Amino acid sequence: MKKKTKANGKDSGNHGPVMQLRLYVAGQTPKSLAAMSNLKKICSEHLDGTYELEVIDLMKNPQLAQGDQILAIPTLVRNLPVPIRKIIGDLSNVDRVLVGLDLRGQERGQKDSASSLSSSRKSIGAKV
Amino acid sequence: MAKRAKPIELEIPVDGDISNTPLPKARTGISGLDEISGGGLPRGRTTIVCGGPGCGKTMLGMEFLIRGAKEFNEPGVLVAFEETPLEMERNVASLGFDLRGLVDRKKLFLDYVFVEPSEIQETGDYDLEGLFIRLQHAVDLVGAKRVCLDTLEALFSGFHNEGVLRAELRRLFRWLKDRNLTTVITAEKGEKTLTRHGLEEYVSDCVILLDHRIRDQISTRRLRIVKYRGTKHGADEYPFLIDDRGMSVLPVTSLEMQHKVSDERVPTGIADLDEMLGGRGFYRGSSVLISGTAGSGKTTMAASFAEAACSRGERCLYVGFEESVDQVARNMRSVGVDLGKWTANGLLAHEAWRPSQYGIEMHLLRIHKLVDAVQPQHVIVDPVTNLINASAEKEVYSMLMRLMDYLKSRQITSIFTNLTQNGEALEKTDLGVSSLTDTWILCRDLESNGERNRCVYLLKSRGMQHSNQVREFVMSRDGIRLIPPYVGAGLVLTGSARVAQEAKEKAEALVRAQDIEKKQEALERKRSALEAQMKVMKMDFGAEELELERIIAEQRTREKQLQTEREAMNRLRRGKAELAAESAAAGSAGESK
Repeated sequence: MKKKTKANGKDSGNHGPVMQLRLYVAGQTPKSLAAMSNLKKICSEHLDGTYELEVIDLMKNPQLAQGDQILAIPTLVRNLPVPIRKIIGDLSNVDRVLVGLDLRGQERGQKDSASSLSSSRKSIGAKV
Repeated sequence: MAKRAKPIELEIPVDGDISNTPLPKARTGISGLDEISGGGLPRGRTTIVCGGPGCGKTMLGMEFLIRGAKEFNEPGVLVAFEETPLEMERNVASLGFDLRGLVDRKKLFLDYVFVEPSEIQETGDYDLEGLFIRLQHAVDLVGAKRVCLDTLEALFSGFHNEGVLRAELRRLFRWLKDRNLTTVITAEKGEKTLTRHGLEEYVSDCVILLDHRIRDQISTRRLRIVKYRGTKHGADEYPFLIDDRGMSVLPVTSLEMQHKVSDERVPTGIADLDEMLGGRGFYRGSSVLISGTAGSGKTTMAASFAEAACSRGERCLYVGFEESVDQVARNMRSVGVDLGKWTANGLLAHEAWRPSQYGIEMHLLRIHKLVDAVQPQHVIVDPVTNLINASAEKEVYSMLMRLMDYLKSRQITSIFTNLTQNGEALEKTDLGVSSLTDTWILCRDLESNGERNRCVYLLKSRGMQHSNQVREFVMSRDGIRLIPPYVGAGLVLTGSARVAQEAKEKAEALVRAQDIEKKQEALERKRSALEAQMKVMKMDFGAEELELERIIAEQRTREKQLQTEREAMNRLRRGKAELAAESAAAGSAGESK
């Protein structure tokens, strides 16, 4: 199951660099499913359409694990922009995901902390 | 019921009765390791190889895989956490292994796992399924039977959630076992534990500890099987070596003393020494110690033996720790022993290196390797005492013991020379190896009359009649002779003193002989004088006898005459007067007669 999701914005080329993301999962495990839903939420809330997401199921394509040095499942890899970033886990901690994707620095001031708080709360709520 | 009883038996194995339930093993192909582990690593199980940095963990794991693929047709997977495939390829290329070739032929799969902590951000729950998937993929690809994970502990720096990590490691070991993969895991040694992160908790089948020790600036590698569940194994520390042919562990061969012995004898190369040894030399496969002070002829004796062996067409290995190959060859030529000829035609392998060049175990290993390569019938080590420079006495002793045992077990005659320091007791070797040897020849100097002379005697020679004499060791251009010295008047004379004494004795003997001759002559003279005298006396006696006989005869004749005259007278008297009366009584005339 290798699916490429191009974000809704067709004019992505106009908005600076596109973020290339790959999510590695292994089958339909609860962790993988949680990671996928968490990632979708984060993308829609914080990435504003300027990203490409590829979900790779290693159960089906085990040879792909070597290329991105995948050990932990699930792993989210940001290939672009450089440097490469890897975020492991079910992405339930939105704060850390944003730090991992270098998105934390781009947002500013109060709004930033408020949104992160709300989102983290949201994610906790979702888990419960 | 009977079926139930069986597992109970398995749980309590009778000591030494392991053969009933043999543990399947996977041979490593590493020389020596299979011997001490009783056949290899536990098949289908995990072995931890731990040790400090640079102790050879990776090498052991790599060789296990490479030899498995090459020699036992068991493909392997190497998961490397520290080195890239290219680096590994280069590392083992120097040992003569073609990693690339094995990979191309799908005998080996290399997976480089790189964990960069700075790249990784942990957010929530995860597991290491990725590692399992990669491993499974690799195993499937080559049909692997063996796996090496080097060094698994790198994971601890990559992932911060130790709880998850440990759970996953436990799962990994079970996973490997379930797939019947013979696995080697390398791990860094911890402060107080065998591995820094306590991996031995999860793997309890076999633990091998490697060590790299420096002593007096000389390093020695050692290997110890800390634990090997369900099997007998050597528990000692075994030295090992990594060289251009890979890794080799040196097992102590003296665990059992079951050498085959030979009744065959080998000449010593010195006819007089053969004679002292019951006329036929050493036993084949025995160990001989030649000890003595500096310059007492130990090397010469050893070299003569080598030459004699080579001239019989036997192979000989000469290991020198004191003189270079050429130097020994030159020196020996001066006593008529030509070693160069035999090194040239390959019967004599002559090697020399400094004792301080390696640690003591390396010497042993190097000799082992030479023995393997040369396949000699005889080995000479000259001198063993120099090895003390390389290590402590006790270690040298144990090394020599192992060497002797090793050579004996292969029916190789071994000759060791031992330098005794001046002023030390002669009948003592520095290393106390004398008790291990079968024949002990002692060379010593005797100082007298302003000269030093070499003497040789046999302190012992097990299992054969041998001379109790002290012989003088005389070296000349024509070779070596062991001359019985002058022994007498409580003295042992050698050298010029012996020659002088011999001359003196000769003179004395001559005088004595002359004396006897003179006496003999005198006797003879006396006899002839006596005989002459006897002759004269006899002649005198003869003359006298004749005279006397003549007188006797004369007297008898005269008596007879008288008688006849008397008778005639009588007849005349009676005839005239009473002739008639007489004719009457004729008989009375007869009476008066």
